[in-house]
Amino acid sequence: MKTARTHLLVCAGTGCVSCGAFALKDALVAEIARRGIQDEALVVTTGCNGFCERGPILLVHPDGVFYQRLSPADVPLLVEEHLIKGRPVPRLMYVPPEGGLPVPKMADIEFFKHQRLIVLRNRGRIDPEKIEEYIAYDGYEGAAKALERMTPEEIVAEVSAAGLRGRGGAGFPTGRKWDLCRREPGSPKYLICNGDEGDPGAFMDRSVLEADPHAILEGMIIGAKAIGAARGFVYIRDEYPLAVSRIGIALRQAREMGLLGRDILGTGFDFDLEIVRGAGAFVSGEETALIASIEGQRAYPRQRPPYPAQSGLWGRPTVINNVETWANVPSIIRRGAAWFSSLGTETSKGTKIFSLVGKINNTGLVEVPMGIRLRDIVYAIGGGIPKGRDFKAVQIGGPSGGCIPKELLDLPIDYESLTQAGAMMGSGGMIVMDEDTCMVDIALYFLRFTQEESCGKCSPCRIGTRQMAEILARITAGEGSLEDLEKLGTLAATVKRGSLCGLGQTAPNPVLSTLRHFRDEYLAHIVDRVCPAGVCKSLITFTIDPEKCVGCLLCLKACPVHAISGERKKVHVIDPDVCIKCGACLNACPAKVRAVIKRAGDRAGASREGAAAPKDA
Amino acid sequence: MQQRRTAGVAGRGQASPGLRRSTVSAERAAARIVVRKYGGQRRAVIQILQDLQERLRWLAPETLEAVALELKMPPAHVTSVATFYKSFSLAPRGRHICTVCMGTACHVRGGATVLEHFERKLGLRAGQTSPDREVTLERVNCLGACALAPLAVIDGRYHGQMNESKADKVLQPILRAGGPAPDAGSGPEDGEAL
Ligand SMILES: Cc1cc2nc3c(=O)[nH]c(=O)nc-3n(C[C@H](O)[C@H](O)[C@H](O)COP(=O)(O)O)c2cc1C
Ligand code: FES
Repeated sequence: MKTARTHLLVCAGTGCVSCGAFALKDALVAEIARRGIQDEALVVTTGCNGFCERGPILLVHPDGVFYQRLSPADVPLLVEEHLIKGRPVPRLMYVPPEGGLPVPKMADIEFFKHQRLIVLRNRGRIDPEKIEEYIAYDGYEGAAKALERMTPEEIVAEVSAAGLRGRGGAGFPTGRKWDLCRREPGSPKYLICNGDEGDPGAFMDRSVLEADPHAILEGMIIGAKAIGAARGFVYIRDEYPLAVSRIGIALRQAREMGLLGRDILGTGFDFDLEIVRGAGAFVSGEETALIASIEGQRAYPRQRPPYPAQSGLWGRPTVINNVETWANVPSIIRRGAAWFSSLGTETSKGTKIFSLVGKINNTGLVEVPMGIRLRDIVYAIGGGIPKGRDFKAVQIGGPSGGCIPKELLDLPIDYESLTQAGAMMGSGGMIVMDEDTCMVDIALYFLRFTQEESCGKCSPCRIGTRQMAEILARITAGEGSLEDLEKLGTLAATVKRGSLCGLGQTAPNPVLSTLRHFRDEYLAHIVDRVCPAGVCKSLITFTIDPEKCVGCLLCLKACPVHAISGERKKVHVIDPDVCIKCGACLNACPAKVRAVIKRAGDRAGASREGAAAPKDA
Repeated sequence: MQQRRTAGVAGRGQASPGLRRSTVSAERAAARIVVRKYGGQRRAVIQILQDLQERLRWLAPETLEAVALELKMPPAHVTSVATFYKSFSLAPRGRHICTVCMGTACHVRGGATVLEHFERKLGLRAGQTSPDREVTLERVNCLGACALAPLAVIDGRYHGQMNESKADKVLQPILRAGGPAPDAGSGPEDGEAL
């Protein structure tokens, strides 16, 4: 490897690539060549930094200076100032959302400052397509230690003592799972990495697969030795082509270096891995369904027990763990259980990656110690809610999870406290919601999701989720009744109890948790026929304030259905019968005019249908 | 295009033996290559269908049949797998694929409005392909780029922070190429005047 004085680390995660990271890289390479400093400055592409919203991102090493939202046009200045004259460029640095001075160093940016990296330790610093770089940062040391100096029992004991729990959903103790499988007499045994990541709004597994593929392979090699498996599978969601390609490259390189295949590191241990691509079914993330999918079947879940550890792939003992779980293993073996378990809470050890998305200033992936308070994630790391709006809730755990309201912001984040609050760790998707998010609409969103994704094998899930979605749709249309709330409760209990797999068993959670914490919003929809957040289309109207309208034609042009009439310098009018309530006019109306009014409460459409009398707002 | 495809289907039943062989073997040949890549393993049927869809853009009944023949498995099994998984398209797809994300992060930032706008612009509902097979509109539950929400993908390119005027801009090349343009009336750069 060539050693240059300065390394320019260009983030090449999906987020940054989609906003032009490669164009930035090309511009940097060209400009550096043009200035003749290619021996001093080396451009490197790295995996995802997690601060995706600020892409394209460039980190200058070893200065630690962090540049963001770059475009090729910024490159000549950046090279001239920073690389040649040694003067960092404040204009291209991060400025906190609340204002203030640009922050030059990555380590001083609030988003990064409070994070604690184990799984994402290599993020933004290595090129994921080069095994040498992974190795340079202690990569495959854990595997070497496990293969050369540890017995399977010792490996299992170490992982158990570390207190590692599954990061893919239920938080089952990983060591115990391995031990179960290790003791099973059947053979051969298999390993699976679950990279199906079906929870919409979570993308940590994608990031790890893309940014540090070797960490997953290393974890699996260690696991293979622990349970005595000779083969494993990495199951990756079809929507993640970059992850598939990076894991493929990693597999090839690991084989070339004798880290996979026959007689690994000369220890006589054989193990190899293969990639299986998913095909777009949420339920295939469930372990028994995923196993069916690898076998080439439809991804129907089956009754457990027997657990996969006893009878999994082709009926053989199989350990299946989540991407993030596997990626924790190398550090645990390398640095020891005591080090790992010193982080976190009594029952939840280590760190967890959360994807912080939705109505939040600093969107991205954050890895934090277990037990951190939700408030610190939302405010210290996330920088609070944009546009000065009020925080309402965080949805955690996706379609199986629930909402944590404002009152519980000081909740420590661990498996138990989340479950107690009616949410769930799940895969770690955290969707922040503000006062403009309607909680009934969110409940409906998730129920529609599970209803669509229900595989249909068992009827409580198939029919129950449909009925629940129908009731919620009625409520959001302003046609709900108080009995509907009771019906929702009864249905929820039935679906939870009667469903075959976790999909159905947890599907009612988003409804139950919103009913528990936001019952008043349901009542507003039912009793007052009002959507307080102004989201549910049947319950809002758009009008133009004739006093304020300046007749600029902007809303008229923006309206996709030509519902607005008017002329230049004359007051515009919205025809409520044509209006589809898309809000385009509201967005188009200039901030200094603000003539378009969105009103919650008028039951539009009522006049047309002649149904229940519209209430005055 | 449509005609050629139907000719292929009909050909199996009635046309001359020569034509019959050549049309059947198009799918069969593709299936054979891909099946061989996976060592003829039946458990790889999902991967095989994925590779074939990548090559052929969709899975025609003839393709499924060819896979069943090559893998020596019941056609009903191949069909049941193909219908179970959402990423398989059993109807022809367009030359351009527009995908709008309906994941949670995109939803709370207005994904539904974006999808409606795409539907209006293209004159298609999600899941439909234009009659001239130029454009297919699809929805997806999260692409793992939630920080860019709301997100749309056009022919593999990600476009974040989507809104109406941005959508008009990115769709313009497709609409101009002769796709259905029920409402291409609004001028470019709307709303940026003030
Ligand atoms: C409907 C459903 C979907 C699931 N999806 C995923 C997923 O996408 N990724 C994942 O790792 N686990 C998923 N799980 C959890 C798995 O069944 C399994 O518990 C997990 O892969 C075990 O790994 P862990 O112990 O490392 O968490 C899902 C479970 C259910 C019920
Ligand atoms: S929710 Fe749209 S990309 Fe994740």
